[in-house]
Amino acid sequence: MSPMLAVRVSDGPIIPDFDEPDCRANERFCWGWVVDNWPDLQARLVEHVYITAIAVSIGLVIAVSAALLAYRYNRFETPFVTVSTVLYTIPVLAFLLVMVQITGIGLLTVEIALTGYTLLLLFRNTLTGLRSVPPEVHAAAAGMGMTSRQILFRINIPLALPALMAGIRVASVTIISLATLAAFVSPLGLGRPILFAIGTQFVTGLITAGALAIVLALVADGLLVLATRAVTPWARAGQGGIR
Amino acid sequence: MDFLKEAPRPDGGHRDVAEPQAKRAALEIEFDGVTKRYQGQDAPAIDNLSLRIPAGETCCLVGPSGGGKTTAMKLVNRLIELSGGDIRIGGRSVKSLDVTTLRRDIGYVIQQVGLFPHMTIAANLAVVPKLLGWSRDRIDRRVGELLDLVRLDRSYLKRYPAQLSGGQQQRIGLARALAADPPVMLMDEPFGALDPITRAEIQDEFLRLEGEIRKTVIFVTHDIDEAIKMGDRIAVLRQGGTLAQYGTADELLSLPVDAFVADFVGADRGLKRLSLRTVRELVDHDPNQQIPPGAPTVSARTTLRTGLSVLLAAGADVLVVIDEQGERLGTVTLDRLREAAGARPTEETR
Repeated sequence: MSPMLAVRVSDGPIIPDFDEPDCRANERFCWGWVVDNWPDLQARLVEHVYITAIAVSIGLVIAVSAALLAYRYNRFETPFVTVSTVLYTIPVLAFLLVMVQITGIGLLTVEIALTGYTLLLLFRNTLTGLRSVPPEVHAAAAGMGMTSRQILFRINIPLALPALMAGIRVASVTIISLATLAAFVSPLGLGRPILFAIGTQFVTGLITAGALAIVLALVADGLLVLATRAVTPWARAGQGGIR
Repeated sequence: MDFLKEAPRPDGGHRDVAEPQAKRAALEIEFDGVTKRYQGQDAPAIDNLSLRIPAGETCCLVGPSGGGKTTAMKLVNRLIELSGGDIRIGGRSVKSLDVTTLRRDIGYVIQQVGLFPHMTIAANLAVVPKLLGWSRDRIDRRVGELLDLVRLDRSYLKRYPAQLSGGQQQRIGLARALAADPPVMLMDEPFGALDPITRAEIQDEFLRLEGEIRKTVIFVTHDIDEAIKMGDRIAVLRQGGTLAQYGTADELLSLPVDAFVADFVGADRGLKRLSLRTVRELVDHDPNQQIPPGAPTVSARTTLRTGLSVLLAAGADVLVVIDEQGERLGTVTLDRLREAAGARPTEETR
């Protein structure tokens, strides 16, 4: 997928390279290490963003399609909830290591596992949103001569957006956190410096990568809140929030 | 697209995209032996209902719950399909028309309003014009006109339904139903959820509107007083969806056909009948008449019912009537009022 996939010698020293002049092995936090390794950390951060974005996007496509199907035909709801609940409850690490047997080491394995974790959240929220349309709104729409397709696209789907966006927020934050485990099967993302730090006394990389993951989660959540406001301008109306 | 295009228009013109101001003529609605049966139910919901609503009139459907008022109404825009008989609008059977085309040409107002919460007021008003493929310009102009029609400020256009009061929402519901200037309107207990003061206001508003726009309206209500106020004609349905009586408010009040109708219009139907007319209609203009001392004075626009109340309160027999300028028009006596109330006895009570 990218040069990142190939493990270069300079990328992943077997013995952690912390022989910086001003860093000691047992030092709690060494700012000099962060400065020296910043380009590398930045690359991990970018990887982390796209690992998350891909998983949530694919999850969204699958979950929304399934929710539309379940909205139209109720009998699809239970099977999909069952499958996605099972996926949701499997421990991530176990899931990743099992998937390696099938799809090998690499991004594909990571995305399959992470996408699996988004499905339940996104499906539940989308379906709840689609079903949240008040009956009188449906009655008015049908009475005004909207076709069922027009009712779906102009009424149900827009009105499902607040619930859908809430699902995307929770899923994104969850996946940002889970994606640190991707480093176990692929040298990608902020999990990598964390993984390297395990078993050593030098924890600067672990702390920095962990903090970056937290910041990323907060920023993503904030951006999604803004996006929610942009796509659901009516949601805050009527709470005294006249623009 | 619209099915009523071929309907005759008084000015002989055609409805034209380039001519948004053109008013479409109201059309007659005819129920012809209409029957609705639901599967698994022995008794029909609507049983052989026949009635004709002349173009431009308001027909109120009243009756107890289970009388099938709403069902009868929904058969017109085919939210419920007929089991038997036919409904014709302007002579054309609703069964012969594409169902979405039919509905876009019928204004539809419901009690819970059903405004689309995610759309601004402007977008709500534009729904049917958009479905009909009107141009942006024409829609914008129409949306402005509609707000004027229901007397709401244009600053409401950018708001969302949740920012409006119940009464304002129902005005928008009404305006939305009128958006494409439909020849026919269906209203299902439209003002039933409003408080009494707002309801009276919006009823008056609708009566004024109707004077301006002339639609054929089917108005479902369980409230006989509302039916008397709003309807040119009233159809009383009874349990099982049969027509008990169809006529003007005055006919129903003065001559109910049976005990069911008499009971439904109420024991105070004599008083209700008085509220249909004003004292102006009963004034005795004889300039030489004696005015007894202590006779109360009322305006010519007072209803007979209020006039009677004033007489009773004053303990007098003669009411002095003045016009808007305060000029004396003449008098109305208690005997004249009694005659006017004269609900003729029914078979059962005779």
